[in-house]
Amino acid sequence: MTDTAPRELPLQELAEVIIRFAGDSGDGMQLTGDQFTSISAALGNDLATLPEFPAEIRAPQGTLAGVSAFQVRISDFAITTPGDAPTVLVAMNPAALKAQLHNVVQGGAIILNSDAFTERNLEKAGYESNPLEDGSLDGYRSYPVAMSQITRDAVAVHGVKPRDAERSKNFFALGLISWMYTRPVEPTIEFISTKFSGRDQVIKANEAAFQAGYNFGETAELFESHYEIKPAPLPSGEYTNVTGNTALAWGCVAAGQLARLPIFLGSYPITPASDILHDLSALKHFGVRTFQAEDEIAAAASAVGAAFGGALAFTTTSGPGVALKGETLGLAVSLELPMVVIDIQRGGPSTGLPTKPEQADLMMAMYGRHSESPMPIVAPRSPADCFDAAIEACRIALRYRTPVMLLSDGYLATSSEPWLLPDIDSLPDIGVDFQRGFNGTNEDGEGIFLPYLRDPETLARPWAIPGTPDLMHRVGGIEKEDETGNISYDPENHQKMVGLRAAKIDAIEVPDTEVAGDTDASFCILGWGSTWGAIDATVARLQEAGHKVAHVHLRNLNPMPKDVGEVLAGFEKIICPEMNDGQLVNLIRAKFLLDVKAVNKMNGVPFTTGEIEAAALAAIEAP
Amino acid sequence: MTDTPMRTKPADWATDQEVRWCPGCGDYSILTAMRMLMPELEVDRENTVFISGIGCAARFPYYMNTYGMHGIHGRAPAIATGLAMARPDLDIWVVGGDGDMMSIGGNHLIHALRRNVNINILLFNNMIYGLTKGQFSPTSEVGKVTKSSPMGSLDAPFNPVSVALGAEASFVARTHDMDREHMMEMFRRAHAHKGTSIVEVFQNCNVFNDGAWEGLTKKQNRNANLISLEHGKPIRFGADDELGVIIDNGVAKVVPIADVGEAAVLVHDEGKTDPSTAFMLSRLASGPFEPTPVGVFRAVDRIEYATSSTSQLAMAHNEKGSGDLQSLLRSRGTWQV
Repeated sequence: MTDTAPRELPLQELAEVIIRFAGDSGDGMQLTGDQFTSISAALGNDLATLPEFPAEIRAPQGTLAGVSAFQVRISDFAITTPGDAPTVLVAMNPAALKAQLHNVVQGGAIILNSDAFTERNLEKAGYESNPLEDGSLDGYRSYPVAMSQITRDAVAVHGVKPRDAERSKNFFALGLISWMYTRPVEPTIEFISTKFSGRDQVIKANEAAFQAGYNFGETAELFESHYEIKPAPLPSGEYTNVTGNTALAWGCVAAGQLARLPIFLGSYPITPASDILHDLSALKHFGVRTFQAEDEIAAAASAVGAAFGGALAFTTTSGPGVALKGETLGLAVSLELPMVVIDIQRGGPSTGLPTKPEQADLMMAMYGRHSESPMPIVAPRSPADCFDAAIEACRIALRYRTPVMLLSDGYLATSSEPWLLPDIDSLPDIGVDFQRGFNGTNEDGEGIFLPYLRDPETLARPWAIPGTPDLMHRVGGIEKEDETGNISYDPENHQKMVGLRAAKIDAIEVPDTEVAGDTDASFCILGWGSTWGAIDATVARLQEAGHKVAHVHLRNLNPMPKDVGEVLAGFEKIICPEMNDGQLVNLIRAKFLLDVKAVNKMNGVPFTTGEIEAAALAAIEAP
Repeated sequence: MTDTPMRTKPADWATDQEVRWCPGCGDYSILTAMRMLMPELEVDRENTVFISGIGCAARFPYYMNTYGMHGIHGRAPAIATGLAMARPDLDIWVVGGDGDMMSIGGNHLIHALRRNVNINILLFNNMIYGLTKGQFSPTSEVGKVTKSSPMGSLDAPFNPVSVALGAEASFVARTHDMDREHMMEMFRRAHAHKGTSIVEVFQNCNVFNDGAWEGLTKKQNRNANLISLEHGKPIRFGADDELGVIIDNGVAKVVPIADVGEAAVLVHDEGKTDPSTAFMLSRLASGPFEPTPVGVFRAVDRIEYATSSTSQLAMAHNEKGSGDLQSLLRSRGTWQV
């Protein structure tokens, strides 16, 4: 604490700010970003986040490879993206500055831990001269702050060793940014005592560092002003901040309740899907059984077994895991049992970019099994939408007795947004009945059970679970006879069964195509999955500039809405931004002979609004 | 057994499907043993499930009038694990051959065994790939000449009982397709065991590996080469019980009892917590031409997997009450707009 009277700094109102916290992967940047997000959410701002971290748990300290970053955009208006370029960069060391500076808008603020700009750290980051001195930061407003030293001084009174003291410097940064954007102090103090409960010295050190950061902003004559971002006019109600993976886990639990079925998850840890396994493992009081299998195949196979037994079964994974599960999913298609496969897509092929998003598993979801093996596909569009998408995937799986692929990605998985909590009572009933009695008769007029006798409306077969008297039956991967389910190698029967399996999936009822933006536009942006936010923001920008633009975003990718071909054919020009090499474009071209223009990006970073805007303008202006 | 009539007859456990194994296949006698055993177990068909992978043995579920699933190659233990966790009330049998269980499904097998999930695994070992028409299997002897190994196979074989013991199996037994009574006894014991039980069945493939087990299982060879393990009894065999098994310097050996004296003969203890002696017994023969033990190698109590899973659910329920969706959605903090 200082006895200097607080300066009266002007309070400037801002519509939005995009802050990127960047440091070593051990510096606690994700925690810092998360906490800043929570405080801002509670203040009523709209927000969107974009965490970015290396695949290594602790990459070599001070190197570019080890930089971990967390971008958060807060605003007083409704937003759908974490923003194209940060207006504020908090860089904890030279590597963080070097890795992130090019992202920052010209004239943006750079707040640096000047203590970290030592010769050795500069060298590790590959700087030949000190960017604080050589003019590299010209064109930005740079604020060097001796974060390490002030933190050490602040925590010294609590008897913390200097080496441990350094660990609190992320809270110093958080304190400083909290002051700068007039965030209240109390929620973070509360957070620190809960988060580090039982470790008193850590609590004291972090509190002291946080306060020191806050006071530094107030007293150091470094900053010209501080800022206020008013609450956004969001629809009224109760909100929480969720990441896509948490929303998926909660969606799975909700689906179990809506279907009145116990939940089983068979999973093998894989980035970036493991958090769903973690979240569901902690929800045993909901009757959720989780099974960490010996491999991806066993994870899927255990789900097939659980589904046969009458559970609502899931398996969660990422692309490499889906590849391994392929044969088992073929079995699930053949058995016609309900289950949901959640694929959190990441860069590939092979191990690829484990912590970076991609949308390149669409073709695998569609066709990545041997033979004709159709599977419905559902893709959420935002972190909060993951909740509804999980319920939708379960609805389809249960009603049509089929495995369903839910395609999320690494961006949705880890980024977050405010979510207006749904009214639980308004969620759909997705319950189905197990078969309880015979559904046919033999030549002698006796009741028999026909496991592949289909519901004429849905073409779903009966779900008769072990324990049900009289309905003993065998299912298997060998082709089976229509109705009886007995092994059959009969050519005509196989032709018929291939047709029936395809017809069942094709006929799944899904909502009609929704056209957002200008429904009477001649230009349309088509998308699916996590590009929704960036496309939505692009449409708003183009409309402001006087263009007419429509936005069609597919959530059901197999089957697609019945009217989608017709709707898309009504536009003169269509572009489709995807984080792949044109997979939805290929599907649309093949299905509807429509000349959709691909806009592709595969660098592990989500589309920015600017990128889609440029592609859209080029398309609009093209002859 | 009581005098009350059994609830079912062996025929009740048969389906109307034509059994399509090759005439003379050892699988027929295993199927018969299973159908004959079922009424004795006093279980209901609707609560019994047979799960298999791929291979000749894997057709088994189609011939049992229970619930059943013919899955994919090697994955039956994993499918059964999911079912056993979701439905601990069921009686679950897994049937597979040596290729299914020891090769493509080896990983699932060992993990099922270490977890001790309540399933009964029957491993039909004929030391050959039958359904794919005669390639060497992971239990074939080195030098096996087959279509895929015209100059003899290079692979050292697995000994399924040794593998199972190494994988922490709590129940391990071995039997053969020429002795229905013994098979029924081993299946009965496997069924009674809570946890994963595995029974290796020496099974003859009369088309691609005919007579592979003859050195042990043919009537005239049994006295000399089949050692019947019986809990609490000295391990002895031979036409006049003149041979015995001793442990010599950490190795099980066959010796004339006259040479070592009755007291030196190993008394079989299937309930021994330490699996070392059982493992030594599993190493007694190096192939189907030497004295080979059959019977229960190991039967120990160990907590069953689905039971543990269920008690965690119950504990969570006790601590946190039954899950409430509304409060789950609020669990990370909320704010009002």
